[in-house]
Amino acid sequence: MDKKKWTERIKVAKTREAEFITASGEPVELLGTPEMLNDFDYDRDLGMPGEYPYTRGVHDNMYRGRLWTMRQFAGFGTPEDTNQRFKYLLEKGQTGLSVAFDLPTLMGRDADDPMSEGEVGVCGVAISSLKDFETLFEGIPMGQVSTSMTINSPAMILLAFYIAVAEKQGVPIDKLRGTIQNDILKEYIAQKEYIYPPEPSMRIIVDMIEYCTEKMSAWNTISISGYHIREAGSTAAQELAFTLADGFAYIEAALERGLDIDAFAPRLSYFFNAHNDFFEEIAKLRAARRIYAKRMRNKYGAKKERSWILRFHTQTAGCTLAAQQPENNIVRVAYQALAGVLGGTQSLHTNSMDETLALPSEKAVKIALRTQQILAYETGIPHTIDPFAGSYFMEDLTDKMEDRAEEYFKKIEDLGGVIPGIEKGFFQKEIGRAAYQYQNEIERKARIIVGVNDFKDKDEKIEIPLLQISKEVEVNQKAALKKLKKERDNRKVEQKLSELKNAAKNEINLMPVLVDCAKEYATLGEMINTLKDVFGEYVEPAEF
Amino acid sequence: MDQKIRVLVAKSGLDGHDRGAKVVAATFRDAGFEVIYTGLRQTPEMIVNAAIQEDVNVIAVSLLSGAHMTIFPKILKLIKENGMDDVLITGGGIMSDDDIIELMDMGVGRLFGPGASLTEAVEYVKDWYKKTMNSG
Repeated sequence: MDKKKWTERIKVAKTREAEFITASGEPVELLGTPEMLNDFDYDRDLGMPGEYPYTRGVHDNMYRGRLWTMRQFAGFGTPEDTNQRFKYLLEKGQTGLSVAFDLPTLMGRDADDPMSEGEVGVCGVAISSLKDFETLFEGIPMGQVSTSMTINSPAMILLAFYIAVAEKQGVPIDKLRGTIQNDILKEYIAQKEYIYPPEPSMRIIVDMIEYCTEKMSAWNTISISGYHIREAGSTAAQELAFTLADGFAYIEAALERGLDIDAFAPRLSYFFNAHNDFFEEIAKLRAARRIYAKRMRNKYGAKKERSWILRFHTQTAGCTLAAQQPENNIVRVAYQALAGVLGGTQSLHTNSMDETLALPSEKAVKIALRTQQILAYETGIPHTIDPFAGSYFMEDLTDKMEDRAEEYFKKIEDLGGVIPGIEKGFFQKEIGRAAYQYQNEIERKARIIVGVNDFKDKDEKIEIPLLQISKEVEVNQKAALKKLKKERDNRKVEQKLSELKNAAKNEINLMPVLVDCAKEYATLGEMINTLKDVFGEYVEPAEF
Repeated sequence: MDQKIRVLVAKSGLDGHDRGAKVVAATFRDAGFEVIYTGLRQTPEMIVNAAIQEDVNVIAVSLLSGAHMTIFPKILKLIKENGMDDVLITGGGIMSDDDIIELMDMGVGRLFGPGASLTEAVEYVKDWYKKTMNSG
């Protein structure tokens, strides 16, 4: 090998661009060469699959044992509409459910709240009480399916609904399998669906961890999410670092409560984005497992292997989808899904081609699911574990990802931790800057997006059937709520809500009383507002 | 045109997705506009009040939640009631072509969808301002 000569030659070689950067704006190597592995130690840096530090994957034989779970996020309109979609997806071979809630539900507001006007059932399914939840799971055996619920600020109430419906179906709660997102820190950082200030929000989450650790051993208590951080415009390294920092903040809060790390850590799960830059994404996921295992073992002293393992869900990057020539999105999603699988994901959501415009139509959802099935059954890719391992380029990139994350951990520590970082706007500003830079690269055509700023079709007309949400959804949901409030035992509701307030004030775990409130058909908004009286509301400084 | 164009960038409804609004606000600022950002979850009343307080020329609303057919008409109504005929209502987000046509018929200016060019948005506001100033 003569790298020196080659380096001389490429200095004068013609290049298409002045610089080549990743989707995160990082300069990227032209070639991997052996000296990149000078410090490489196989056992220390990679290990075998299913072995510390899990760089190669969390299971011994990975996808030969079990494929990743194909889990398409779904929810729109009334609980009846979504119940139908769930049954459709299960019938098409989907192996887990994933519930999308509408914005009022995500913000803890009932369908009849004035702020909910125009938003009921639009971005997801509308849930205001246990009644709606009973309809949502009608005819779906909760003891057999695993369910993921994307809900954060009101997560504890939706979990209470889930528990109450399961009890009615006769399913013991320790048999319930699934995940609740419940990641409030990334709400302050990126998605902005917060209600209470950070401190009481963290207390609620630790309450849930405590409750689930004791009673729901098969339930993932938080899905610590980088997805939304990336969608808000972060780089891959920021997604990696901020997500793991959030995870460590939850762990520290639970330890402060006196919980045993090996009792709760095995039920923490993670959620990453699969963006466009193929190698960078794979490196990010490999680095994530390695960083996590090291910290869990060395810093937090976890003893169980299950506690060291970073298990995660992946979703392809919604923000990379284009409204123009939407069929091209099928191809983008396929590459992103491939990166997720080569990164060793435990479950995957592939976006539908029409999602820049509306919730996906049935046909678009089916293509997205088929994309995963083709990857799983036709390409041969799942047969071999972590095939890029040992590649000069990939190992170097994985190391760089880890280094960048460590730099951010240091910065966050200097700020006093994640919550002070949020209050100082650190994360928000970092992400905002990255988003602005990315958009500017597109404006300058330093970054080409096919069909958007190059290779455009003249006079393009979009011909994809879009799912329309009828205005009747809001009318029906409001009417149902009115009826419910008339028919339930309002005296009991008030009694339970006052018990809830009492528990909130006196540092009593909120979960059992929330389940009681749910069973009496107290509404989501009523429970949220009761807690607002005690905890207050968070307002973010309006900066850009 | 010595005076700076004053723009209120607003997020309305329950939606917290502020990536677009912030990128647009920063772009307008770099284009030399005076930008006021409302922050999240503003009602139409709060937006119009802020527009009056700040004496803006343009209100740019970001809406990704599907509530545009509820929120834009309310803003228009309040603008009319307050006699703010010389204020441009524009915005961006996820809206169908049919909805955009209907909103423009009601008096909303150009609405920018996914993949729209920031340069075009800046030019649009500048052109509108020039025309309005000349006719005024």
